[in-house]
Amino acid sequence: MAAFILRRLGVLGVILFGSSFILYNLAAISADPLEQLKFSTDPNRDFLIASLTRELQLDVPPPARYFLWLKGILGIFIGKPDFGTGRDGSLVIDSLALAIPVTIRLVLAATIFAIILGIAIGVITALRQYSRFDYSMTFVAFLLFSLPVFWVAVLLKEYMAIQFNNFLQNPTVPIGWIIGVGAVTGIFWGSILGGDRRKFWISFVTSAAIASSLLTVVSITGWFANPQLGPIVITLLAVGIAFGITQISVGISNRAALKASLTSAALVSISYFPVNWLFDKYPNSLTIFLLASLNIAIAVFVALGFSKIDRGPIVRTTVITAFVASGLLFVDKLMQTWKPYMETDAVNYRPVPTVGQRSDLLGTEDWWMNSLDIATHLFLPTLALTLISFAGYIRFSRGTLLEVLNQDYIRTARAKGLNERTVVMRHAFRNTMIPLTTIIVVDFAGVIGGALITESVFGWSGMGTLFRQGLLGYDLNLLMGVFFVTASLSVLANLIADLLYSALDPRIRVGSGA
Amino acid sequence: MAFSIKKKIEPADISTSGENAIANKEVEGLSQGQIVRRRFFRHRAAMISLVTIISITVMVFTALDFKLFGVWKIPGWWKWTPEDIPELRFGDCPNDTVGCPTISLRPKFLGGSGFGLGTHPFGQDDIGRDFFALVMKGTQRSLSVMIIIGIIGATIGTVVGAVSGFYRGKVDSILMRFTDFIITIPAIIIGSVVGYHFGNLGATFLAFYLGLFAWTGLSRLVRGEFLTLREREFVDAARVAGASNRRIIFKHILPNAVGVIIVSVTLLMSGAILLETALSYIGFGVIEPDVSLGLLINKYQDAFTTRPWLFWFPGLFIISIALSINFIGDGLRDAFDPRQRRRISKKERQDSATAKKLAQAND
Repeated sequence: MAAFILRRLGVLGVILFGSSFILYNLAAISADPLEQLKFSTDPNRDFLIASLTRELQLDVPPPARYFLWLKGILGIFIGKPDFGTGRDGSLVIDSLALAIPVTIRLVLAATIFAIILGIAIGVITALRQYSRFDYSMTFVAFLLFSLPVFWVAVLLKEYMAIQFNNFLQNPTVPIGWIIGVGAVTGIFWGSILGGDRRKFWISFVTSAAIASSLLTVVSITGWFANPQLGPIVITLLAVGIAFGITQISVGISNRAALKASLTSAALVSISYFPVNWLFDKYPNSLTIFLLASLNIAIAVFVALGFSKIDRGPIVRTTVITAFVASGLLFVDKLMQTWKPYMETDAVNYRPVPTVGQRSDLLGTEDWWMNSLDIATHLFLPTLALTLISFAGYIRFSRGTLLEVLNQDYIRTARAKGLNERTVVMRHAFRNTMIPLTTIIVVDFAGVIGGALITESVFGWSGMGTLFRQGLLGYDLNLLMGVFFVTASLSVLANLIADLLYSALDPRIRVGSGA
Repeated sequence: MAFSIKKKIEPADISTSGENAIANKEVEGLSQGQIVRRRFFRHRAAMISLVTIISITVMVFTALDFKLFGVWKIPGWWKWTPEDIPELRFGDCPNDTVGCPTISLRPKFLGGSGFGLGTHPFGQDDIGRDFFALVMKGTQRSLSVMIIIGIIGATIGTVVGAVSGFYRGKVDSILMRFTDFIITIPAIIIGSVVGYHFGNLGATFLAFYLGLFAWTGLSRLVRGEFLTLREREFVDAARVAGASNRRIIFKHILPNAVGVIIVSVTLLMSGAILLETALSYIGFGVIEPDVSLGLLINKYQDAFTTRPWLFWFPGLFIISIALSINFIGDGLRDAFDPRQRRRISKKERQDSATAKKLAQAND
């Protein structure tokens, strides 16, 4: 195993060396950084040319200059990497250190949403193969595949930001919308839950009624202007989450798991007031982190208390329940910040921005206010990226699950008399996750390099912007810095994917071949 | 095939064997090619897409004047060219805008002005150029870029994949490391570098260059396919019969791998049109004065609130092309997949059941 990893790392090093060498020379010969200066009429033109030449070592021919650059990069191994300086004299590594977190923030939430949504819908379409739901989701997936992100972005800016902000000025939902949303929700749940015609209409009417009445209540109470969940709604949601997660994870018939997750849901609800007090008293990331850890520790404790045998799945269920349920507390606190946030001058009742990663004018020290600001700025790009990328996960998880459901061991599981939940979740879905995991890893690395267009549309200054800057300004060091980070990430992701694959699937052994 | 989540107990005569019987009967006496063609023509979404893409292509390439080899000029059927600058229409547009589209799809009895294109069906841009002509030109560019990338990517990918899968060993590991090497360079980055520095050499050059980096996924797939196929009995049989490597590759293995290749080339092409438009959008692809769909969207995105047609029409063309190609690919995948069986409709099942009963009664 270790030999395999070492050999792979060696090969990857050679590959990285080769591609960076080619890119460096390609970029170096195709543009002259002195071009603008040569035609300038500046009196001290010659001096500027000389100083820039010295600074960027332009007197060295590109193939040789590449090795100077490489020498700096190799400093990584002794802990002192040198990515060179950009044309404006700033260190490339500093620019990268600023840009990488921005890009990760941009793509992280979108990737997580896309994965969860995509897998969920993919699994449902596979289980309901050739149903109307399957066909319509296939169409939606293909449509999303074919959408250019810059085009979606303009639409989102118009309808999800400008029009939505207009709506927030006077948040009453028109009656047409209430009926429309109700109908769509009804059709969605009706076709997901399946069954015969009678069952379809029951689920249709129930979910449509719930959605419309919820929307009506929200509209009448002006909830959008001052949103919050409050302890009662949180309790109800937490109980619902406990039931839902238990059913998906181990099945509702597992009484120990159900009791444990209900208990942890109840604990989360009880802690509403103390946690809110803590949120107000110590508003910072450390508090959130500590509370989350404490929460998980308690969940583990509860789960161990309720279970005697088969503890692993029960602990897992309880921890997931506690984590999701306590997320509600966080969301609720953010919602409470909504009204003061809307009232600030920088926001002025138009909370969804179309461009940028932060509002510079906000000027507040309040941690919650700043978090909400980050969240509102993330809204549009996350929506756009999720829409674009989750189609792939739908298709992929659907295809893989169908393949797995055709295997003999699924037939065996059914023949043993296992219930459908166990067959699908334990036997089929787990095996679907193996190829999915590897795809996810590689995709995530790709997304970081490919966020260029999203960044430029939404005016974020992350890796993509740096890259653009490097390209437009003939800034070779900057360009190569960005390339180095994205290329190493993609190479590493491929390696990790291979290792994960062999770890998850015992049939595949690494090290036997190249 | 499909296990429904609820175990439905079906009448015995509609069991799987019955479905098998229907499916088998249908393909009796047909060659593999005929079966694939039949399955494809039966895929409704793919057929609609095929018609769409052919009509778009024909419309787009005949609309404007076309120079064959730069010498013979074939006149187009559309009255304007992208270079013409007719007078801006104003006065009869809603909300005091100028150059609104004159296309009308609402029939007279619904209060519209009947079907008709009018002088400027897609409207005019800010200086009055006919937007229909611009969109036609842009779609021509995007389509040809897509096709060139498809052809180059398919050729290189197939050759590299076939050679490394067939010969294995050293050739394989060198070629696959080379593929890894190309994969490391993110497509968008190489596209930007190339597009930015060589964009002025024209869209064709850009397409060629992008094609040189677009084959990696395909070559891996083809390699995998070749690795499995070369171990099959019919390849051994051919070798025993004295066939040369060349003959085995072209006559025995390639025809069996063609499904995988075609499907993944369609996906490559739908990705290519999105890549081209995206690059043009950020200014690293096709550059002015040339026209491309991405470029048009970039140019007029700020006009969305006032003159939305400048934004909608190029977008609609990108989406219809990419969507059609994706559906064609899906149809082809279903057609080539030997395990894929058509869903037997209820009516057919009943028909076959009645036929069986009749047969039994006759016995």
